[in-house]
Amino acid sequence: MHPSMDFGVWVAAALTLFIFSFLYKDNPLYKFAEHLFVGVSAGYVVVQQFWQVLWPNLIEPATAAGTPDRWKFFVGGLFCVLLFTRLFPAIAWTSRYTIAMLIGTFAGLKVTGFSQAEVVEQVRATMVPLWNAADLGGSFNNLVLVVGVITTLVFFFFSKEHKGAIGATARVGIWYLMISFGAAYGFTVMSRISLLIGRSQFLLDDWLGIVRF
Amino acid sequence: MAFGDTLEKVDRRWIFLVVALLVVIPLLFPLRLPLAVSGPARNFYQAVEAVPEGSIVVLAGDFDPASAPELMPMTSSAVRHLFRKNVRIIALELWEGGPPLVDRILHEIGDEMGKKYGVDYVNLGYKSGREAVMPSFGNSFSRTFPNDYSGTPVGKLPLMAEADNFTKTALFVNISAGYPGTKEWVQQVQGRFDVKMVSGSTAVQAPEIYPYLQSGQVLGLLGGMAGAAEYEKSIEYPGPATKGMDAQSSAHMFIVVLILLGNAIYFSRRRANR
Repeated sequence: MHPSMDFGVWVAAALTLFIFSFLYKDNPLYKFAEHLFVGVSAGYVVVQQFWQVLWPNLIEPATAAGTPDRWKFFVGGLFCVLLFTRLFPAIAWTSRYTIAMLIGTFAGLKVTGFSQAEVVEQVRATMVPLWNAADLGGSFNNLVLVVGVITTLVFFFFSKEHKGAIGATARVGIWYLMISFGAAYGFTVMSRISLLIGRSQFLLDDWLGIVRF
Repeated sequence: MAFGDTLEKVDRRWIFLVVALLVVIPLLFPLRLPLAVSGPARNFYQAVEAVPEGSIVVLAGDFDPASAPELMPMTSSAVRHLFRKNVRIIALELWEGGPPLVDRILHEIGDEMGKKYGVDYVNLGYKSGREAVMPSFGNSFSRTFPNDYSGTPVGKLPLMAEADNFTKTALFVNISAGYPGTKEWVQQVQGRFDVKMVSGSTAVQAPEIYPYLQSGQVLGLLGGMAGAAEYEKSIEYPGPATKGMDAQSSAHMFIVVLILLGNAIYFSRRRANR
């Protein structure tokens, strides 16, 4: 056993144990760690945004001599400032120009990307051969895929009551959905256990030095 | 029913304790359970393996400390695999918490393998704007990131003179914890710039990436710590993910037992009420 001599590691270990203490019951140590985390995260983001975003992309080029088309940076800066007018009700409406620009740009970006990657490509990937004598396993997989897509789509078709053939098809769709929810839940459990493993490795290795990972 | 009633009254803290023991004990005393490499992880390995020596690869580390146990091991393995093949890396991050983590991996493994910053690898750092950054980055690396993570103008980094967009790169590796991540890179960059792409993601996000894997938009996928362990096995460099798999399997088995018990109690109670 070789406990760490690094003060930072001891602080991290103590905060980890404070957070874990919530599993027993809520307590002041947990609350302290929780509030510290929120405060430090907010501070980190502010500093990061200033030095990695605002300074190199706006303040520095806007103030440096010789920057081509310097006026563009002042226009961008003005739009940033307009967002803060929401703090003053009399002129709060001016912030809508910035918000409108953000929404318009984002919608444009999303529509083109989504149409290509999610609609065209995914529809294309569903148009697969259902029978290939040379690859029976692949044919079966393709059949499972196509049946899943059709039955799930039918389940979300609400213009006709789910009775008879449509009801039976929708019921198969429900089975597909349930299996996909189960898979998603299994992956979620794996993710959460991984986080516990990560913290345990930190405590056993970096902090206590019992084993090396 | 008495057994079911007793189980229902068990304090949940006993379950937490058992899970904690099932995680810690295998970490202290490894069981060395067998580990098979799945198809998506094998495809990830093969996509990296197919990158020609000396080429340039873009690596986006879109995660933060919250998902480090799952994503740091796969990032380390990808960097090690690429450096081993003398492939050069241009890294970027779209999550605020990502730059120090990716920077540490690049420098640690880079120093270990004799790689030089600016020539063999570059970390462009963080850029705000989430998915709006992606098409801009696809058009021009240097215009989107005029400076690297430490503030050096990219014009002073020899590697950046060789590639300013995806046409000069051989592969795009995205390690993703959520938004923005693999989903958005596929939507904004993969199809638009015809990029060969592989993804490593948290287990929570992995089911959302499978459709892209099936369609070929993503060539390979590492899902969570299990995916990271499979990749470590593929490159024959066992790391923290491999060493965590015994704990993972033990905890999973316990949860499976709990689910089966819960269902058994539910069905027996339903039958009794009929």
